[in-house]
Amino acid sequence: MSETGKPISRIDGRMKVSGKATYAAEFNQPNMAYAFPVRASIAKGKIASINDDIIRKEAGVIAVISYKNAYKLKPLDMQAQMKAGAGFLGENLPPLQDNTVHYPGQFVAVIVAETYEQARAAAYKLQVKYIADKAAVDLKTELPKSTKPKMFMGEEAQVNEGKAAGPLAASAKKVDHTYSTPVEHHHPMEPHATVAVWEGTDKLTLYDATQGVGLTSAIAAYFFGLKQENVRVMAPFVGGGFGSKGLWLHTLLVAMAAKAANRPVKLALTRQMMQTNVGHRAATIQRVGVGTDAGGQLNVLRHHTNTYNNLTQFFEPSGKQTLVLYKARLREVTYNVAHLDRSTPTFMRAPGETPGTFALECAMDEMAYQLKMDPVEFRIKNHTTKDPVKGHDFSSEFLVDCYRTGAKRFGWASRSIEPRQKRQGKYLVGYGMATATYPGGRSAASVKVLMNNKGDVTVMTASIDIGTGTYTVLAQTAADALGIPVEKIDVKIGDSSLPPAPLAGGSQTTASIHPAALDACVLLRKELISMAIADPGSKLNGSKPDDIDFANGKLFVKGNKDKSDTYLDILNRAKRNEIEACATTLPVSGAGLTVPSALCTPSQTPAEQNSDIKQYAFHSFGAQFAEVWVDEDLGTIRVKRVTSVQDVGRIMNEKTARSQIIGGVIFGIGAALMEATEYDKRWGNPVTRTLADYHVPVHLDVPPIDVHFIGKPDPHISPIGARGIGEIGITGVSAAIANAVFNATGKRLRDLPLTPEKFFES
Amino acid sequence: MRPFKYSNASETAAAINAVVVNPTARFLGGGTNLVDLMKEDVMRPSELVNVTRLKFSAVEKKENGLSIGGTATNAVTANHELVRENYPLLSMAILAGASAQIRNMATNAGNLNQRTRCTYFYDVNMPCNKREPGSGCGALHGVNKNHAILGWSEKCVATYPSDMAVALAALNAVVHVEGSDSTKRSIPFSDFHRLPGDHPEIDNTLKHGEFITSIDLPANRLAEKSYYLKIRERSSYAFALVSVAAALETSGNRIKDVRIALGGVAHKPWRARIAEQWLTGKEATEANFKAAALAELKNAKPLEQNKYKVGMAAKAIVRALEGAMQGGNYGAMEADLTTTN
Amino acid sequence: MEEQPLFSDLSEAERKALEELMPDEMGEIMSSGIKRRHFLKLFAVTGTSLLAANLLGIEQLMARSIPIEEQPPVLIENGINVSFQVNGSTQKLMVDSRMTLLDTLRERLGLTGSKKGCDHGQCGACTVIVDDKRVLSCLTLAATCEDKKVTTIEGLATGNELHPMQTSFIKHDGFQCGYCTPGQICSAVALMGEAKNGDASYVTANVREKKKAVELSNEEIRERMSGNICRCGAYPNIVSAIREVHGDKAVAQVWQFAEGTI
Repeated sequence: MSETGKPISRIDGRMKVSGKATYAAEFNQPNMAYAFPVRASIAKGKIASINDDIIRKEAGVIAVISYKNAYKLKPLDMQAQMKAGAGFLGENLPPLQDNTVHYPGQFVAVIVAETYEQARAAAYKLQVKYIADKAAVDLKTELPKSTKPKMFMGEEAQVNEGKAAGPLAASAKKVDHTYSTPVEHHHPMEPHATVAVWEGTDKLTLYDATQGVGLTSAIAAYFFGLKQENVRVMAPFVGGGFGSKGLWLHTLLVAMAAKAANRPVKLALTRQMMQTNVGHRAATIQRVGVGTDAGGQLNVLRHHTNTYNNLTQFFEPSGKQTLVLYKARLREVTYNVAHLDRSTPTFMRAPGETPGTFALECAMDEMAYQLKMDPVEFRIKNHTTKDPVKGHDFSSEFLVDCYRTGAKRFGWASRSIEPRQKRQGKYLVGYGMATATYPGGRSAASVKVLMNNKGDVTVMTASIDIGTGTYTVLAQTAADALGIPVEKIDVKIGDSSLPPAPLAGGSQTTASIHPAALDACVLLRKELISMAIADPGSKLNGSKPDDIDFANGKLFVKGNKDKSDTYLDILNRAKRNEIEACATTLPVSGAGLTVPSALCTPSQTPAEQNSDIKQYAFHSFGAQFAEVWVDEDLGTIRVKRVTSVQDVGRIMNEKTARSQIIGGVIFGIGAALMEATEYDKRWGNPVTRTLADYHVPVHLDVPPIDVHFIGKPDPHISPIGARGIGEIGITGVSAAIANAVFNATGKRLRDLPLTPEKFFES
Repeated sequence: MRPFKYSNASETAAAINAVVVNPTARFLGGGTNLVDLMKEDVMRPSELVNVTRLKFSAVEKKENGLSIGGTATNAVTANHELVRENYPLLSMAILAGASAQIRNMATNAGNLNQRTRCTYFYDVNMPCNKREPGSGCGALHGVNKNHAILGWSEKCVATYPSDMAVALAALNAVVHVEGSDSTKRSIPFSDFHRLPGDHPEIDNTLKHGEFITSIDLPANRLAEKSYYLKIRERSSYAFALVSVAAALETSGNRIKDVRIALGGVAHKPWRARIAEQWLTGKEATEANFKAAALAELKNAKPLEQNKYKVGMAAKAIVRALEGAMQGGNYGAMEADLTTTN
Repeated sequence: MEEQPLFSDLSEAERKALEELMPDEMGEIMSSGIKRRHFLKLFAVTGTSLLAANLLGIEQLMARSIPIEEQPPVLIENGINVSFQVNGSTQKLMVDSRMTLLDTLRERLGLTGSKKGCDHGQCGACTVIVDDKRVLSCLTLAATCEDKKVTTIEGLATGNELHPMQTSFIKHDGFQCGYCTPGQICSAVALMGEAKNGDASYVTANVREKKKAVELSNEEIRERMSGNICRCGAYPNIVSAIREVHGDKAVAQVWQFAEGTI
């Protein structure tokens, strides 16, 4: 009886539907004060003056903190930060350390007051005067000054630069177009918030809306010069992240405020601040060239991305999927990165692949149309079973199955290659598809498992459940590994004092922590076995460990269920209240996003099953199919249904897995149809400031979504066989929709989002 | 939000007087826009007088039409049997706006007093003549794709955001207000909101301290053929790019009476009188609808980023008139869309 | 404010249940001199025993209304005395005139189930039911709530038994991160009443046809729930959850990796 894979309901569901799941801003403390930040109103320059003395006299105000009086944090030092596991600061700009302004909305001061209302009112009254410099605020204007970065996250950024022009020109058939994607914002429903509590000067507790308690703890410890074990970060529930809840400056700011006020302080960002202070997906202008022979065999792929950054080295890596998909003789993937005085771009759900698959998969559709080939068949014809750049085999790859299964489930066969063939009343109906892909990452992780003499088991790791289902699937894994029901298992995560786990990002939580959970359970079982074997009071006394099996809370001799002993009896006879085991798994590919702990037993997983990236390429794949109805007169598009078939390795819980794919697809619908942050070209400020201006999908935008999993475990990523699932669902969706719009209308729209106005421009 | 005095009004004259004597006092209805703007620091009243407990929430028959109360909520109004039956255009328009929660809170009077959703108005760091006269119009040469194409001035290119008001304009509603010393007056709806001209800081013709007690809807023969069409960037819970309230009375296929009002295109609900005039007495055909729409929009002056609105508004007028002719209900217009899944 | 004696407000049963759940932490907590409200918060982290929560209904224990601070925070400007019912019990307190119902629930009454997602009426996470109508508590000034009846997510269950809408959300996985969930559920519960009243929506086929009660199509549910944004994208599951409660019959879930339908 396997629990893993079963669509069981979330074990934290009851708390969430009762309003009892507690998020960062809800950890009110005795004697707590409220902080409200003040943001810069210019894009670039220096602060000339602040009327802080006047504001200190406002009702309820406890402190007004600016560069003039802020606590001096340890300065930036990337090498030291990396060594301390504190390398991923959202923006390299420790707050309030000097008077320079690097983008509109940058925090320039923070007010601490008795109540939220008082802090906010005082923040509004604070007058900050600036000396403004000329700012770089528009991507197109700044592109001529852009640079070509050599590396991106340890990988070569410019691949085969300049080599594709000749082969592309020489190809019998070619498309070569420019696609653009706008700035997008994550907007998890829970605004970023932190409650900071100091005990003396060397111990800090942060209740933080974060995707990584370990990361937050490491960064806070670094900048305040504390021991990491003295910075405890708690995040039992996090209201979504999508890449935006790494460590941003408000977390340091509130700890500084709490220090200054000498009492606990809460800071919750406003939705408006989430447009400027917690990252975004940068806009891209991508040019994609596809060249084939006369029969549609790919000859060359060229993908060039223009984008920007500020205050970090991160830029939107939208060429990523072009290094992984399709067989071609040559592929060129390059970047130009400009500098803008705009808030810092960061990771957002499938960074790279989201805008990148829009460009590549639309170009592939354009090519298929030119060839008069079915887009599914065109992709299958050019399918690759190896990583086309590195030459490694994929660890596990069923992309063709995704195409075929998806086409069948969707009813793709009824699509006509020519556009404008299908109508429903006043609507033009179109079908489109695209490939989905995302890397299958894995990091080091440690998990502790504790069993008490009542038979309850607690699984502990410093991981996070941002809505992904981590609580639930960890309980399922432990249930199977120990042969006890899910109901007997408790999961503790979201606390930096627990054994280290990677941050909940990069679609790797499941792939990383489950092997460690499995190992810890195996260690626990081994201990029970040795206790039983050595115990004259046990029926298993004297048996060989290899002959012992387990099920239903018992150990027994294989083939002889009568020779058994329950976990409880083993513990009770030994007079042990509890036993525990802790395991660390360190993939061959390295520690990744985790600083592994030496306190737990290292795993002995064979390299073949342990994410050896020198031997295999780890990627998930999928196929997205969409039906759209276009009201051409009014320019409105309704997505009527989506089929998403995913090859993501083993499915740990079909219910939560399906939800994640649905969620990804809906994020993709948002990107396709409505999401865009726009900036004023004179002052650089975002004019889409709130959820009234930045539109994300609502209920009525979302059709039925059919999700199907290939479900084949990946034999090489880990003994568990699961790759991540959080991001792939969004990839390819905007391309599938744009391709469907072409199929419906014959209009090729290459500039996202496909808002109604686009139909009146083209 | 700046500190303010607060009171619950229980008596009309006292409530009005409290506002009249304090130039920075405001009436508080559902608060869906005022509280929002106060949190943004855009509006800074020193005093709020909650009028939702005053007895102006009735929806009732009048001699020649219907009266809807100033403090009746949008939800109650839209779902009132008499409104649904006799003024379905108003029900549809209200239901096209905001969300169920907001419609449960928002009052009719407050709906008419909504401020623009122009982002430059909302961002206190930006210039805006409506918020701060003399500071300039940020949108005129900025991001203005959601802005006006008709009736704007160099001082302000903002649009008026209400859906309800677009229907009220088409229905020739009359706004009843009460001011200091119990002075009462009636304002024809077309005179209620104003174009920005040199004073965009003034949204409408209400005087400070005047309180909207009710809105009259004159009787008409338009109920069977009326339709409210709203085009937006997502399918619900968004302000209009363009919206059209259309209503017709025909004799055979000949148009006896026609009302067309546009939302999302001007500083006030835009009554399309040119199109109406063009159509009156003519056959209700698609060609005539098109010609009328084009005649109306000949005067449109789009900004740099909202040229699309001219074409969109023209198509939307035609579509809304067709919707009205098809029985004026969403079901008839969107049968295909709603019957599947 | 003076400290109250340790756990004077915890019942013997509560104390016992808690000791059983977290024997290690108990000693430390008992000697740390914190009050119940803070303890309960702490409990939510250190001892968030999901297992216990599910089996023993511990969240009910935590739901018991936390004693209100009789004293308003220092230096309230324009203080307004207001009295209203929350989940059946009368609350009297002085609030800053600027304080919203949402902040009052979350910061003063310890009812953090209602969420602040945007604070401007653009997301629906703060939806509560006031006098049987769903409204946005972020745009409702607490001062306007005099004599009103407020129901929040904490008030939907009856004793240990969840409201059918809550149960249905769990079954259909109508949430991921859970942050919009209380608002979605309050909204959905009120929607059932609106449907019974025959209220119309923008996608109602014909608003002129006034019916006694309406049966909601999926499209109707989607339109009427569009004021509640879910960024995780649980929408199709939420629609299924609502349909099950509205239609009063089980909505099937079919799975690949588990036999049949559960």
